[in-house]
Amino acid sequence: MAIIERPETTPAVPGGPSVPATVTPASSLGALKRPVTTTGWKSWLFTVDHKKIGIIYGVIGMFFLVVGGVEALLIRLQLASAEGKVLNASVYNQMFTMHGTTMVFLFSMPMANAFANYFLPLQLGARDVAFPRMNALAVWLTLTGGIILNLAWFLGGAADGGWFMYAPNSGPIFSPSNGVDFWVIGLQIAGIGSLIGSINLIVTVLNMRAPGLSLMKMPVFSWMMLVVQFLLVFSLPVITVALTLLMFQRGFGATFFDVAQGADPLLWQHLFWIFGHPEVYILVLPAFGIISEVLPTFSRKPLFGYPFVVFSGAAIGLVGFGVWAHHMFASGLGPVSVAVFSIATMAIAIPTGVKIFNWTLTMWGGKIWFATPMKFAIGLVVLFTFGGLSGVTHSVAPSDTQQTDTYYIVAHFHYVLFGGMVFGLFSGLYYWWPKVFGKRLNERLGSWNFWLMFIGMNMTFGPMHILGLQGQPRRMYQWTENRAGEGFFDLGFWNMIASVGSFVLAIGILFFFINMVWTTKKEPKSSLDPWDARTLEWITSNPPKEHNFDRIPTVSHLDEFFHRKYQEDHATESMTPIKTAEEILAEEEANADAHIHLPSPSYWPLVLAVGIGVLGLGVIYGVPTMIIGGSIVLVAIFGWVLEPSVAEDFDYEGTSHDDGPSKELTTHG
Amino acid sequence: MADVAVHADHSADHQAHQGSTGLSNNKLAMWLFLGSECLLFGGLISTYMLYRGRVKDGPHPHQIYDIPFTSVSSFVLLMSSLTMVLAVTAAQRHDDRRTNLWLTVTAVLGATFVGGQIYEFTAFYREGLGFTTSLFSSSFYTLTGFHGVHVSVGIIMLLVTVGVIKKNRVVGNKAESVELVGLYWHFVDIVWIVIFTLVYLIPS
Repeated sequence: MAIIERPETTPAVPGGPSVPATVTPASSLGALKRPVTTTGWKSWLFTVDHKKIGIIYGVIGMFFLVVGGVEALLIRLQLASAEGKVLNASVYNQMFTMHGTTMVFLFSMPMANAFANYFLPLQLGARDVAFPRMNALAVWLTLTGGIILNLAWFLGGAADGGWFMYAPNSGPIFSPSNGVDFWVIGLQIAGIGSLIGSINLIVTVLNMRAPGLSLMKMPVFSWMMLVVQFLLVFSLPVITVALTLLMFQRGFGATFFDVAQGADPLLWQHLFWIFGHPEVYILVLPAFGIISEVLPTFSRKPLFGYPFVVFSGAAIGLVGFGVWAHHMFASGLGPVSVAVFSIATMAIAIPTGVKIFNWTLTMWGGKIWFATPMKFAIGLVVLFTFGGLSGVTHSVAPSDTQQTDTYYIVAHFHYVLFGGMVFGLFSGLYYWWPKVFGKRLNERLGSWNFWLMFIGMNMTFGPMHILGLQGQPRRMYQWTENRAGEGFFDLGFWNMIASVGSFVLAIGILFFFINMVWTTKKEPKSSLDPWDARTLEWITSNPPKEHNFDRIPTVSHLDEFFHRKYQEDHATESMTPIKTAEEILAEEEANADAHIHLPSPSYWPLVLAVGIGVLGLGVIYGVPTMIIGGSIVLVAIFGWVLEPSVAEDFDYEGTSHDDGPSKELTTHG
Repeated sequence: MADVAVHADHSADHQAHQGSTGLSNNKLAMWLFLGSECLLFGGLISTYMLYRGRVKDGPHPHQIYDIPFTSVSSFVLLMSSLTMVLAVTAAQRHDDRRTNLWLTVTAVLGATFVGGQIYEFTAFYREGLGFTTSLFSSSFYTLTGFHGVHVSVGIIMLLVTVGVIKKNRVVGNKAESVELVGLYWHFVDIVWIVIFTLVYLIPS
């Protein structure tokens, strides 16, 4: 890790407040100046601070939530009535493909990364992640991938093979536009970003915990993020292979999925789902982690059965690698495979069920405070259980063959992903907003946000169970009146309800953005510990200082922060408050470390990400583009390797070296 | 005084690198990356195993493989693991001259292997095995090509390490940097043992 020892001028008045030295960057490596500012747009573009990177991930995620949301609304508009005319068949195909891809890869994964980046080091008592520059590279690669994926809209049409892009549908014959090429390149690049990010976070969790913080004292959120990063490390290479094969087929005429040559299109399905099923848990486990923090805090009780929650999370991750073929029951795998994967799928319901019971029992007998984070957390428990149950019906292979590729599947995975993941993420946003931005989101607007989302979500995806069981296929771009059915099974009625629901849902999410603006403008500053929280991140100030902790905390308990605030009396089984959050923070500040180590910002992650993006576009646009991209990549890698992780003294001008090293980290710019 | 503080912190920082697992951050990250690479080659090898017998037209595997030739180039690659070990031990003894010598030898051996692969690809192509000829050819070239690219990246890493050591611009711990390159190099070798066995030696 890096060291910053930024010199400071001596106080003008002895004992008075010290004035930070004005530092301006001098040259680094002869040609480029090392970026050292901590404010302004440059401080964001070249940052290696895990908190800023976390916020960038969050902005990327929320932006693509809007993009994917608009795509969803267009789909629902098209299906609202018989023979919809909003989109033509080709655009409809692009719309649902990009909706799925955007929501999975560009909204959910960046949002999970936003929380992981921001809160893992804080929960672990670390000053940053293990590899700060790689962290920056990961976020910029994610953005580059997202941009390339969506560039296709403007350059001849987006990908149109569905988010799992089955072969041979994805081949040049059935998908002649460049959309699939952009899709492949975009995902490949975002995938590299995720891989780098996950390696970084695993090393952070395993190697950089504060003294005393054993793995079994680690908050459940940190645990779940650790499991997720392991899933990423071992599942991403498989999709990399699949995407590479597809790229070689489309770009260079290879025959991997060419049935005329005797190829086996099921190869793609296997490779995709070996990645794709762990991906489902990659999406939902972060939300499980978040509500495992929220439920105890708002129930005023410790999490019920902490080790069970941790190990069932790990078990979900492990078994998640052995259930992929349940996405392929309809493809004729043969009875043995179907039986094995069917049973494995049923088995994975057990650790999931354990979690649901633990959360319920955490609330049982607690003094529940129905603040907005808690509402979303309870919403998750309810809706995810619903989605989990319809999931169990898929594990029964004969039933699944009836449901495959119908709206019943769409209903199921929106209950687990929207009801599960998105509600968890929103719970996290409300819970940690005061930590990140220093203000609590407005409760009234939050309530509107929650109830509209909850009602809208059930209105949209609930009827899809009926639609699916009645046989409405997913991805069908129009339905006709004479196939609509009658009475309770009138597809027209339920399609209309679902479409209205999707707008209710959208208004609900709009309330979040309204709340964001309102809170920024009108709400007062939040107290230091607004929720009476339990874990280490709340020891820091709101928002945390650049170096997170004035003193690296020594941990002796699970729920360390709670145990610093309250004394437990074993005889009467009661808790007495002994310290407030303010007192704890003041104590930390008084005992701050003398030397604080922080990595310096760097240009190279951004330059490298841009280079990789151009290189990727070269695969589509030919060798000259590739050469330009390759040159940028080469320069960036050498710049990176030869750059010390700490800015040299000569990057700061106008400093004198005869002052003692300062206790405070100077801010400048 | 600031300088003194910086130096003092360097040593403290170095100890902090040996994290809770006892491995340095860099080494742990390299192990995780190699774990991930196992799955990458796993996917490519599976694809090859599925498709190796599927030849509609063009040569079959057993018609074109030159086992003696590939055995020799495989031997060369395996020997490069030995020289890599010598480089790592030299680096741990802080013997820059020997470190650079063995790193260069490793790179030369690696380059010999890649040269052999280029020769082999050219020979196969002349015998009518293009990249798009059959499922076998596509998956063969993809798998061995991916491995060849990995070896080439390794060679670049070796040569850059030599250059950086010569110019004395190593950022961080020198012995560990060499060891990290070594880990990657051994991994690439081990993967080749698997590929050589499954692709060349076991008849389809």
